[in-house]
Amino acid sequence: MTMLTTEEVKHIALLARIGLTEVETEKYRKDLSGVLDFFNELEELDLSKERIGNGIPVKENDTREDRVAEFGSLGREDILKNVPAQKDGAVKVKSVF
Amino acid sequence: MIRELHEKLKNGNVTALALAESYLARIAERDGDIGAYLTVLGDEARREAILVDEKISRGEAIGLLEGIPGAVKDNMCMRGTRTTAGSKILDNYTAPYDATVIDRLRKAGAVVLGKTNMDEFAMGSSTESSAYKLTKNPIDTDRVPGGSSGGSAAAIADNMAVFALGSDTGGSIRQPASFCGVVGLKPTYGRVSRYGLIAMASSLDQIGPLTTTVEDAAIVLSEIYGYDPMDVTTAESEGKRFEDFLTGDIRGLTIGIPKEYLSENLDERIRKVFSESVERFRALGAEIKEISLPHSKYALPVYYIIMPSEVSSNLARLDGIRYGMSANDQSERFAGSDTLLETYLDTRSYGFGDEVKRRIMLGTYTLSAGYYDAYYKKAQAVRALIRHDFADAFQEVDLIFSPTSPEGAFRFGAKSDDPISMYLSDIYTVTANLAGIPAISFPMGTMEEAGKALPLGGQLMGKWFDEETLLRAADAFEKAVVGDTE
Repeated sequence: MTMLTTEEVKHIALLARIGLTEVETEKYRKDLSGVLDFFNELEELDLSKERIGNGIPVKENDTREDRVAEFGSLGREDILKNVPAQKDGAVKVKSVF
Repeated sequence: MIRELHEKLKNGNVTALALAESYLARIAERDGDIGAYLTVLGDEARREAILVDEKISRGEAIGLLEGIPGAVKDNMCMRGTRTTAGSKILDNYTAPYDATVIDRLRKAGAVVLGKTNMDEFAMGSSTESSAYKLTKNPIDTDRVPGGSSGGSAAAIADNMAVFALGSDTGGSIRQPASFCGVVGLKPTYGRVSRYGLIAMASSLDQIGPLTTTVEDAAIVLSEIYGYDPMDVTTAESEGKRFEDFLTGDIRGLTIGIPKEYLSENLDERIRKVFSESVERFRALGAEIKEISLPHSKYALPVYYIIMPSEVSSNLARLDGIRYGMSANDQSERFAGSDTLLETYLDTRSYGFGDEVKRRIMLGTYTLSAGYYDAYYKKAQAVRALIRHDFADAFQEVDLIFSPTSPEGAFRFGAKSDDPISMYLSDIYTVTANLAGIPAISFPMGTMEEAGKALPLGGQLMGKWFDEETLLRAADAFEKAVVGDTE
């Protein structure tokens, strides 16, 4: 089994914005390595000569005019009700640094 | 079942309110043991039922789904209602708008009884990853109902709703339908709008019905499908009513049996029920033909690369800033979260469960610099080959038949510590999502285990946007089984 290193798992967790304890890091190191092993089967496929593309007709892009539309009857209050921290009717966030 | 109830409502044999009350009473009596619902909407259901009764008493015509009590998986937004997707991170989330399917159900006059339990963010095959509770399989309460739409399947199996909506990303409607002995339909990708469905993997997700009969599934689909400007992947409606195609006649249809799906490892009890079901289709006048889907063995690895990749992107929105649980909430618990980065890390660490974290990290890895080509790009190319397999097969056959799952309902905890063994239970179902084709699970028989007769589902897969043929064949099968037992 190819094992991810502890550093790799910590790096992935940071990219994924998930805080991990040392114990969790070790657990996910094992779990993720096991799943990655399961992907090795794909290596035997030589895709250089295969047909690619979708295989079925796919809907073309569906575009609309770019204009401001009323978002239904949905109000500012309904949305702000779910906001964890707010100030003066705006979403409040921590400082970036 | 819906048609009979519709006749009773129309003829005044029962009122919509009495019907809703009887289901609410059943939920009150049974759901403490089963755990199918996360939220029961008693008052709202009564109000909706009364509106239908008023319409009937004014002598107005009602639609087939009008006044019929149903349930909705808790990953579909319903305005003013708590919507958790089975996760702690959305514990306090009240949806500020209706998903398109909810809007369609309201327009059809259906009565929504409540929101059903599910694996967290629909990630799982047993409903055990719900942050709230276990849902028990009504056939054997020591066993799981399947997942991720386990609450919806259990509600149907235990008569706690006439129909339920689920969502299916890799089998999450069909596998619980199989485990609970009910019907589950995953429509063609693009058939039903995903607007307001809390996204798991956007190129695979599709909403569909769970019901007791194939006709009921057809009726529900007729009400919820069609073009939606809010989901650009949706196809035109064409004005079809799917229940009109259920003639019971499948003479002349060709049904393919993929040889790759019947490995030597398949449980003998399932193989036997499956063979008998093939003979039943033959007796009904279908031509049976062995086919090959040569890239089937790659479907699971491809699925477990593409799905987590999309998951990692979709779930990035749960960052503790705009809604849901937040380390930015000034509570004691998050006293150390001083910066924006800490808010993200702490919110997601505390709010997400184990399987969700695993999949987000897996997807982050497969999309990350240096690995993208080896995993995601390659998986997309193999996905195209899998679609070609189906396009080729459908040159020869109208439908493809297989078991829904390689197993019957398993016991709680049987796979909790082994993600791969849980993933393997999706082996027959993920291909339909990868290819985007419609598929249905319907009861085909049972297998004996520990003194219980566990239900087994048969799966039919159809051509893109040909739910008519799919439903017609499943309905013919169901009618023949009913004919046998009468």
